[in-house]
Amino acid sequence: MQNKIKEIEEQIALAVKEVKSSRNLQEIKMRFLGKTGVISSLMKNLRDVAPEERPSMGKLLNALRQWSEEKFDAIEERLKDAELKKKIAEEKIDVTMPGKVRENGSYHPNTLIRNELVSVFAGMGFEIFEGPEIENDYYNFTALNTPADHPARDMQDTFYISDKFLLRTQTSAGQIRVMENKKPPIKILSPGKVYRSDDDATHSPMFSQMEGLVVDRGITLCDLKGMLDEFARKIFGESVKTRLRPSYFPFTEPSVEVDVSCFECGGKGCRLCKGTGWIEVLGAGMVNRHVLEGCNVDPDIYSGFAFGMGIERIAMLKYGINNMKLLFEGDTRFLKQFRG
Amino acid sequence: MKAPLSWLKDYVDIDVSAQELQEKLFSCGFEVEELIYLGKDISGVVVGEVKECEPVDGTHLSVCKVDCGDKGVFQICCGADNVKKGIKVPCALVGATVYATAKDHVTVEGVTTIKKGKLRGIESEGMLCSGAELGVNGDMFDGADYVGLVILPDDCKNGEDVKPVLGLDDYIFDISVTANRPDCQSILGIAREVAAVLGKKVKEPDYSYSVVGGKCDSIKITDEAPELCPRYIGHCVTNIKIGVSPLWLRKRLALCGLRSINNVVDITNFILLELGQPMHAFDLKTLSGKEIVIRKAKDGEKIKTLDGNEFDLKQDNLVICDREKPCALAGIMGGANSEITDDTSEIVFEAAKFARDSVRKTARALGQHSDSSSLFEKGVNEYTVEHAMKRALNLIRKLNCGTVTDVHIDVITENSRLCEKKMTVSVSKINKLLGIDVPAAKMTEILKRLNFVVTENGDNLELFVPRYREDIDGYPDIAEEIIRFYGYDNIKGTFLASGTITNGGFNEAQKAENNLKTALVSFGLHEISTYSFYSEKDFDMLHLPADSSERKAVKILNPISEDLSVMRTTLAPSMINTIVRNQRRGNMEGRLFEIAKIYLADELPLKNFPEERNMLAFGTWGKYDFFDLKGITEGVAQHFNLKFEYVAAEKPFLHPGVTAEIICENENIGYLGLLSPTVSRELALERAAYVAEIDYEKLLKLAKPFRYVPIPKFAEITRDLALTCDRNITCAQLEKEIYASCKYVSDVKLFDVYIGEQVGSGKKSMAFTITFTPKDEPIEERIDGFMNKILKNLEARLDVFRR
Repeated sequence: MQNKIKEIEEQIALAVKEVKSSRNLQEIKMRFLGKTGVISSLMKNLRDVAPEERPSMGKLLNALRQWSEEKFDAIEERLKDAELKKKIAEEKIDVTMPGKVRENGSYHPNTLIRNELVSVFAGMGFEIFEGPEIENDYYNFTALNTPADHPARDMQDTFYISDKFLLRTQTSAGQIRVMENKKPPIKILSPGKVYRSDDDATHSPMFSQMEGLVVDRGITLCDLKGMLDEFARKIFGESVKTRLRPSYFPFTEPSVEVDVSCFECGGKGCRLCKGTGWIEVLGAGMVNRHVLEGCNVDPDIYSGFAFGMGIERIAMLKYGINNMKLLFEGDTRFLKQFRG
Repeated sequence: MKAPLSWLKDYVDIDVSAQELQEKLFSCGFEVEELIYLGKDISGVVVGEVKECEPVDGTHLSVCKVDCGDKGVFQICCGADNVKKGIKVPCALVGATVYATAKDHVTVEGVTTIKKGKLRGIESEGMLCSGAELGVNGDMFDGADYVGLVILPDDCKNGEDVKPVLGLDDYIFDISVTANRPDCQSILGIAREVAAVLGKKVKEPDYSYSVVGGKCDSIKITDEAPELCPRYIGHCVTNIKIGVSPLWLRKRLALCGLRSINNVVDITNFILLELGQPMHAFDLKTLSGKEIVIRKAKDGEKIKTLDGNEFDLKQDNLVICDREKPCALAGIMGGANSEITDDTSEIVFEAAKFARDSVRKTARALGQHSDSSSLFEKGVNEYTVEHAMKRALNLIRKLNCGTVTDVHIDVITENSRLCEKKMTVSVSKINKLLGIDVPAAKMTEILKRLNFVVTENGDNLELFVPRYREDIDGYPDIAEEIIRFYGYDNIKGTFLASGTITNGGFNEAQKAENNLKTALVSFGLHEISTYSFYSEKDFDMLHLPADSSERKAVKILNPISEDLSVMRTTLAPSMINTIVRNQRRGNMEGRLFEIAKIYLADELPLKNFPEERNMLAFGTWGKYDFFDLKGITEGVAQHFNLKFEYVAAEKPFLHPGVTAEIICENENIGYLGLLSPTVSRELALERAAYVAEIDYEKLLKLAKPFRYVPIPKFAEITRDLALTCDRNITCAQLEKEIYASCKYVSDVKLFDVYIGEQVGSGKKSMAFTITFTPKDEPIEERIDGFMNKILKNLEARLDVFRR
């Protein structure tokens, strides 16, 4: 028996030496340790051993079983390790292959600029008001101190629908609608589409404006300047300054044209600012007394300012778009670039 | 408005450079759009004296020795026929730049640099120049129109720059004048601003004249349209000697781009430029009955204007007539019948104020515009009307071309506004508007510079407004006058120091729109913005029947073109055209959306404000199919917490088999579908395109607010179910039945469709994943029962079996 045990030991040592895979190991393990395996049958043979030798033989057999189990476990561990390593090696990928992109859409540049402007002015307490695009003569002109024979009517080429109706040429038309229905303090922002009979690289028969109106007690030209300084800093950059210069709009007096210092060159003069260091961005002024009176707002108690800017113009300046048409053509190569 | 620096200097002692003046004008509200240096293209041209001049045999050339003073003596070959010894001429030295002229020696073809060269083998070190080569014509310098050399005065110094000699050392200010300042549409008007900004006095033009008498019958002037012609002055001049105007006058006209005609016409044009008052001169002997009648035209009357154009007149055209016929289109152009000719001997000068609107309407209606009509449209004032007449008479004397008679008829109608404007403004009110403290004395000083008469009286300034300033109306106008000279730099930003705090932000509707846009962008769609107007042809593109409601579109009376002439009633054409444009440019796939208004009139022509309704449109093409687009509309439904139903439908421009109406809460809210192959072919589309349009405002109205639902205690259970059914049974029918069979079904999702041999002809197989959501108790053990019930219902109602 002792010899037999010795023999089995040697057989196991030999068998595991040539083991190739964990499955192979499993077979060998079963051959020796399985229910009908070599060691188990030897255990059964213990009955035939002389009773006085049985305990020592039993001990030897148990030792063999334990030794072989440990042997198999150790090998199994080693094999699994090797196999995992192999698997990992095989799983190597070419990380330079392209990623699976989930294509996002894009906002129209006008939406981006509009929302940026609104968020700046909303923070200063402005509410949004949107008036109709098909307006009547009264709201678009007469109430804005631009009577029928006024030369300022020629400043804008108006699309007419009838004697009475027209496509609004300015979001200022909304000013009147607000003042008719709301008593001061008024702080509104009125973005929307406007229409003028004009068509070239920097003009489009349809474009968008953003109009701002403040009416309250004691509003001054300095307040307008302060608010526009804030706007310019938020939209064009912290170091950007504003400059007011005289202009004319029938519905404001005094009227100003507002330039911002060139955010491209910092005011030194470049192609964007045509060498002047300044870029014209909007028109503004103190609300004309006649306009206030027409809306039953007492101009001796209240004063106000209004400003209006072209959203496309700001978009073109900010993104460096050179032709306004691109904004309305819906070319996907253009649109895809504006990722909010 | 073009103002030559040399002309401005007639009225103001300008002691700053042109560039400085440009900046000063800018600061007070007059933007110089272009500052043009007359001699900008000319350099290196000096006065040269021809010392020797020998003809070259067999050529038209002469070889000259030209003395250019300190520049040296040069041998120059010259082909001009008026070259001769002893004359002084402009001499372009080697390296000089002058205009290159065409073979006609007149047409300028660019700028050229003079090089040393050889003509017929003779060395030439420069070029003697003609007027055209230096950009000078006969109105700017006597003799400069000659195709040969310009002869310079003998007192020029050899070697000196010719630009000052020829008047090229001058600047033209092209100034943008705002609509409230018609008084500055004139050299004098600009000069007044220049004087104010430089703190100088204006030297007014000489308005003096004296009546010499002369034999002249009186004339009669009748103003029958005082509302269109509030003021009309006529003055007769006799012994007219038509001739050429003096150089100083011709030169001023030329600098402003006007051609000299003859002395009388030049006087009127000079005053138009100088004072901004259009004038006219009638040949008195052509006026029938020696009568001038200002009246509206009679329908059917005709007039031929000075430029040879003929017009049929209508009642709303204002005309200046004699006893019988129209002799001028009021404020626009004179008639050929009363034109000044070489043998005109007696004239009537006209200076008048015509209503802006009347001139504008007539000029537009007839398509006849002139410098005169442009000024009347902007507005003239009666102060200038009076002064223009005086100035014209003054110039008659100055040019010595006629005798000023005492026949002066001034028609001052009830519409005339003559009175001097007096007003009182409060210093503190002005400062309150500006937000700064401008001292009263400073205000007075500024206003005086602007020719206001000012008396300080406590807080008040009592003012006489200059009569040409019709724009001044209230204290804000005075505030503007003050700040534009006090300087906008003094306006320091404050932040609504006295304002009330208000709460701002987007309103609910705008927030909803922004949220939807965010969702759509996350679906991979690109937002577009297209014109609100398109063509009636776009309805034809959609094959819409003649009576379709979409064709009831609001029309623009004066569109830019037919392509942009009707306000849209559906977004579909805009979306389809955008897809066409993209495909033509090689963009072979895309997913777009637009949220924009359509305009719906209750009746046409428009009586009431039309409804402006926001719509939501989608367009996809390229690799996307119907279900990609439907996936998007489903996403929209989810976004608004709604369920859409889809019913097969037909639209004239969509594929009849691949189109659905979108129903929500029993309301039709839109459609989606494949662009019909017919339309696709007509548009030459390479890739199939899908469009959808949803009534955004209905969506907003139906939208269900989001509410939190507590999550169930027990896990959801899913089961797959493959069914065989008749091919006509729709997915929606099956889904509906499954939902109806068991209250725990929370989701039914189709994951496979099979049509083929294995299920037999006329049949199909559809496989669904059904999700059961437990409520308060576990349902695991009841699932089999649910499934059986679902199957039984399907079997009984739709003849559908488990596959």
